[in-house]
Amino acid sequence: MATRVVTDTRPWRSPRAGRNPVGTFLLYLVLCALALLTLFPFYWMFVLATHSQSAIFSAPPPLWFGSNLEHNMEALRAQLPFLRNIWNSIYIALMATVTTMFFCSLGGFAFAMYDFRFKKQLFAFVITSLLIPPLLGIIPYYLIIQFLGWLDQPRALWFPGMASAFGIFLMRQYVASSMPRDLLDAARIDGASEFRIYWSVALPIIRPGLATLGMLTFIGSWNNFLGPLIVISSREKYPIPLALRTLQGQIQTEWGATLLGTALAVLPLLIIFVLASRQVIEGLVAGSVKG
Amino acid sequence: MAQSASAAASPRLPWSTRLDKLQRRVAPYLFISPFFILFAIFGLFPIVFSMYLSLQVWNPIQGLGTMRYVGLENYVWLMDDPWFWRSITNTLWIAFASGLPQHLVAIPLAFALSRGIRRFRHPLTAAYFLPFITSAVAIAIVFQTIFGTQFGILNQALMYLANAPWSAWLFGGLADGLPVNWLGRAPNIKPAISILVWWQFFGFNVVLYAAGLATIPRDYYEAAEIDGASVAQSFFHITLPLLRPMIFFAVTLTIIGNLQLFDQPFILTGGTGGTGQAGMTVAMYLYRTAFEWLEMGTAAAISWLLFLLIGTLTLTHFYFFGRSGLETRG
Repeated sequence: MATRVVTDTRPWRSPRAGRNPVGTFLLYLVLCALALLTLFPFYWMFVLATHSQSAIFSAPPPLWFGSNLEHNMEALRAQLPFLRNIWNSIYIALMATVTTMFFCSLGGFAFAMYDFRFKKQLFAFVITSLLIPPLLGIIPYYLIIQFLGWLDQPRALWFPGMASAFGIFLMRQYVASSMPRDLLDAARIDGASEFRIYWSVALPIIRPGLATLGMLTFIGSWNNFLGPLIVISSREKYPIPLALRTLQGQIQTEWGATLLGTALAVLPLLIIFVLASRQVIEGLVAGSVKG
Repeated sequence: MAQSASAAASPRLPWSTRLDKLQRRVAPYLFISPFFILFAIFGLFPIVFSMYLSLQVWNPIQGLGTMRYVGLENYVWLMDDPWFWRSITNTLWIAFASGLPQHLVAIPLAFALSRGIRRFRHPLTAAYFLPFITSAVAIAIVFQTIFGTQFGILNQALMYLANAPWSAWLFGGLADGLPVNWLGRAPNIKPAISILVWWQFFGFNVVLYAAGLATIPRDYYEAAEIDGASVAQSFFHITLPLLRPMIFFAVTLTIIGNLQLFDQPFILTGGTGGTGQAGMTVAMYLYRTAFEWLEMGTAAAISWLLFLLIGTLTLTHFYFFGRSGLETRG
């Protein structure tokens, strides 16, 4: 649980800070230069996505948008069932997001609201499991998926992670800080079952936290590469990162088409981030720091 | 709990009430059970099984029956395997070359963002953070074009700087080495990967350190200011010592993450590890051993050795910096 610091921790600026306009200007200059450095590859990706192969391989390089977008789109779709790949990614990410939101909020609710035997030990177990490097179990994971007959099936990618330790931890923190325990008793007096309390009382209260978890899960699933690389084998079933890898792996890579695919793969993340950057950043930091 | 005590005292309650008490008692266990069931199948079992597998020789194509117990042979073989050692040194090289600069840039940057400026704090932070949430595959593909030898924009920019009259005095010395074959020549592959990894993750650390800075009471800075301390002095004597627990934590995350690097080197080197395997990390070697060469036993042994490496480095880090970090907190 986050303990409130009693002392004043508002961002503090020296009263002297404003007095040196040259220094402040130089500081902004450095900060903006760094921001340009991080943003440029994104811009560059969109620019190249609109150019032909010959324009991409020219000196000086094109710095503004070109007119080859449609042709690149055709080239992309000639090489891959790209719309299908996008749909696969959306489907897997949505399944992962919905199931994770449900099971993790349920588990987090239980850990935050109830007292039960072995709760401490069980919660410690959840936290410890976060420390295991995922690569350690990667081969047996493949074998289990094979044993279940789930090779080349989307569920191999969202099912195992439905109740993630990270999500349970995040939800427990959120429920504990936003839901008073009196509500539990009040609902019980009204005759609500425990699941009913979770569903009708807790869920509406923790909606913002749930949204954060949902976005983080969506992003994580959308970007996952190693998982599909191991268990998905047919092009029809590829999610986007795997599809991009096929484009790039060719001898004569069509860069315009490849970068168009890349741009389309990044676009949903950019939209989420523009709409909710604070929530995404705070969620990721809260999940990793509050331990 | 009070409820279970009263249930024991009056055993002849109507069925519906007893059922209600029961669902109350089992509800929390039911609610947390999905995690434990899934973890048992997809988390715990794989770990135990990979330990078992690392003591076997097995090609999965031939079926489970062909598994053969060989004791520690896989581990012994790896100790003599030059590719394994190369992948270890590659991983450590990249982890260090991309990891250290992340923190050296992120700490002063977080300090500047939270103490030095008044406006645009969030947009700037968000810009630095953006690469962290972007697909590593997508980023690596974009960087592949940026790193292109003849027409990559990085080389073109460097060539311009080396030849333009206004900048030649500073960059002219580079001219002989240009254009740089970033991804084709063995000695350049690790720096190229490190640049990409640095670029992708320094913003995450900026955000972590900003969160750490927000817990430092402002009275400390005010007191230092009254005593006539300069900005640099308060950075070194207040910020850094109080940020130590966060530095410890952030560096731990970097160690664990960087040692498992896979997506970025895999894409940048086209899945092969590049010329002379100069860009092949342990995670890549593990993947290729298991899924290209189908040596499941050896691959499982690699995964345990990697785990050992991560554990050793994390504990070493904890031994040298963890305790002092905790002291300052107390």
